[in-house]
Amino acid sequence: MLTIDRVAGGALVLVGLVAMWESRRLPLGTLHRPGPAYMPVVLALLLIVFGLALGILASRSGRFAEVGWHEWRHAVAIFGACAFAAWGLERIGYRLTVAIVLFFLLYLLERRRLPLTVVLTLAIAWGSFFLFDTVLRVPLPRGPFGL
Amino acid sequence: MVETFQNLILGFSVALSPSVLWYGFVGCLVGTLVGVLPGVGPLAGISLLLPATFGLDATRAVVMLAGIYYGAMYGGSTTSILMRIPGEAASVMTCIDGYAMARKGRAGPALAIAAVGSYVAGTVSVVALMFLAPPLASFALRFGPPEYFSLLLLGLLVLAYMNSGSMLKGLAMAALGLLLGMIGIDQMSGYFRFAYGVAELGDGIGVVPVAVGLFGLAEILLTAGMKNPPEVIKPKFRDLLPSRKEWRDSNMPIWRGTILGFFIGIIPGSAHVISTFVSYAVERKLSKHPEEFGKGAVAGVAGPESANNAATSGAFVPMLALGVPGVPVAALLLAAMMVHGVTPGPLLIKNDPRLFWGFIASMYVGNAILLILNLPLVGLFVNLLRVPYPVLYPTILICSILGVYAVNSSVVDVWIMLATGILGYVLRKLDFETAPIVLGLVLAPMMEMSLRQSLALSAGNYTIFVTRPISLTLLLVGAVLVALALRPVISRSLDWRARLPAES
Repeated sequence: MLTIDRVAGGALVLVGLVAMWESRRLPLGTLHRPGPAYMPVVLALLLIVFGLALGILASRSGRFAEVGWHEWRHAVAIFGACAFAAWGLERIGYRLTVAIVLFFLLYLLERRRLPLTVVLTLAIAWGSFFLFDTVLRVPLPRGPFGL
Repeated sequence: MVETFQNLILGFSVALSPSVLWYGFVGCLVGTLVGVLPGVGPLAGISLLLPATFGLDATRAVVMLAGIYYGAMYGGSTTSILMRIPGEAASVMTCIDGYAMARKGRAGPALAIAAVGSYVAGTVSVVALMFLAPPLASFALRFGPPEYFSLLLLGLLVLAYMNSGSMLKGLAMAALGLLLGMIGIDQMSGYFRFAYGVAELGDGIGVVPVAVGLFGLAEILLTAGMKNPPEVIKPKFRDLLPSRKEWRDSNMPIWRGTILGFFIGIIPGSAHVISTFVSYAVERKLSKHPEEFGKGAVAGVAGPESANNAATSGAFVPMLALGVPGVPVAALLLAAMMVHGVTPGPLLIKNDPRLFWGFIASMYVGNAILLILNLPLVGLFVNLLRVPYPVLYPTILICSILGVYAVNSSVVDVWIMLATGILGYVLRKLDFETAPIVLGLVLAPMMEMSLRQSLALSAGNYTIFVTRPISLTLLLVGAVLVALALRPVISRSLDWRARLPAES
């Protein structure tokens, strides 16, 4: 039966194997003189052991099919907005990026009224820029036309 | 003893002078406001405001900077409780039950208990600092690489042992965090590990993006799309203060957190982070209702918050007594003192008693200011929860992105936050706790460094860990914990009679 712990255990084993494979480019050293790959390999082995143990002792955990993912569409939309923010910050500037993300989330995703969306979008985008960049002197990226 | 009190009176005469008091107040206020901003923790806050103190004399400058430190530490817990955004690793444990309390309409009590816990811990640990600084500082210096390694190993075992779920899952998450901590330049050989040509990964993965991703973003991804989003909470005045039961439930955790935090905080390194994890784990283990942890247990806020603040004072012990900064913030304060021509260390008490005792007394006064300042602010902060969640979460999201970006002005950090946000979302769906990942990430570089330094010291001989008394003791405690965790499994498998079919 495909249980939650079996899936999680399998994922852990996979991460461990990938980490071991990637460590092959680094010197392992010896048991008495560990090299840069030593600790990652030990930790990858531990992950594999924990993953296998989790898979073997998984009989009491719930079925993987019963995990509810009903909010996934919303989560993908929010994640997409965040990914756009990460992409846009240094390309179109902080204020424009934040304004676009907020407009998308508030107006298109959450169906808030347009006036509220516009006011919040402008206040947060420009207000946070003023607080961090101007007052606290934390440099935030500017976009076209200095925005 | 009499001399100490006379010195303390001298200190209070300095700390209570109107101008010093004013700078202490300004420091606490600015620190609280800076701490509330996600991503701007105590270290960034002090760094930003350090130049503002250059025009002041040494006493006022140090008092103001210490105020900023305290304020920022407390401010960080506000965002943890109200928004589930930990400003730094030490606030991670407060997120769990603090936010759960907030969602149950108990944000006011959570903030008030955090404030009172911080005050008690801060004050008690200053008393301890006053009397115990010299002997404790010399004890802390007996911690070499083998002792560190054993301590860090013990910290991970304590966390896994006291995990609410299975020890196996806790250890797996800690191992995952440690593995993430391997990313970046190997400090002993200079090799780039798992960086794939991304220069920003050379310094490793930052704790702030991972903590904000695993806690803040994962929570938004889980909650925002729910059929019934969290209700708007309109706190009444009486809801702002803890009930009698909540005070009772927080009493012992505050004291335990204080003692744990102070003693763990003396040890240089990221000990204040460890102290919050250990305190949370201890409270869960001692609680009569461990099932309430994670769902809004008062002790889950009181213990870690007290431990965090006590560790803050503990971290000043080696700095003041020996001139050795144990944490980055102490190093910054040390630098500030040196800018003003003061050299901390054993001679500070003798050469500049006004500064030393003024600083000690200002820590008492600073704690009191922080309490007076923050209790009225509880009502103000709690009003955030009146904002409907579909409007609140986009704002939190922007704060998270801004805070994470502001730490290093790096978009890579924002991508790391997004990746760990997805990871946290999936792990929470699969019923895994994510806090051990953060602890593993914090401890990984220190753990690896101390292991390799120990082996270099002993020419590759592993017995160095068991031939040094402190290291051996720590390892024995760890072994006992593992044995205790395995006992039920072994006794179940040995009890073969229980598995026989009952005969009629």
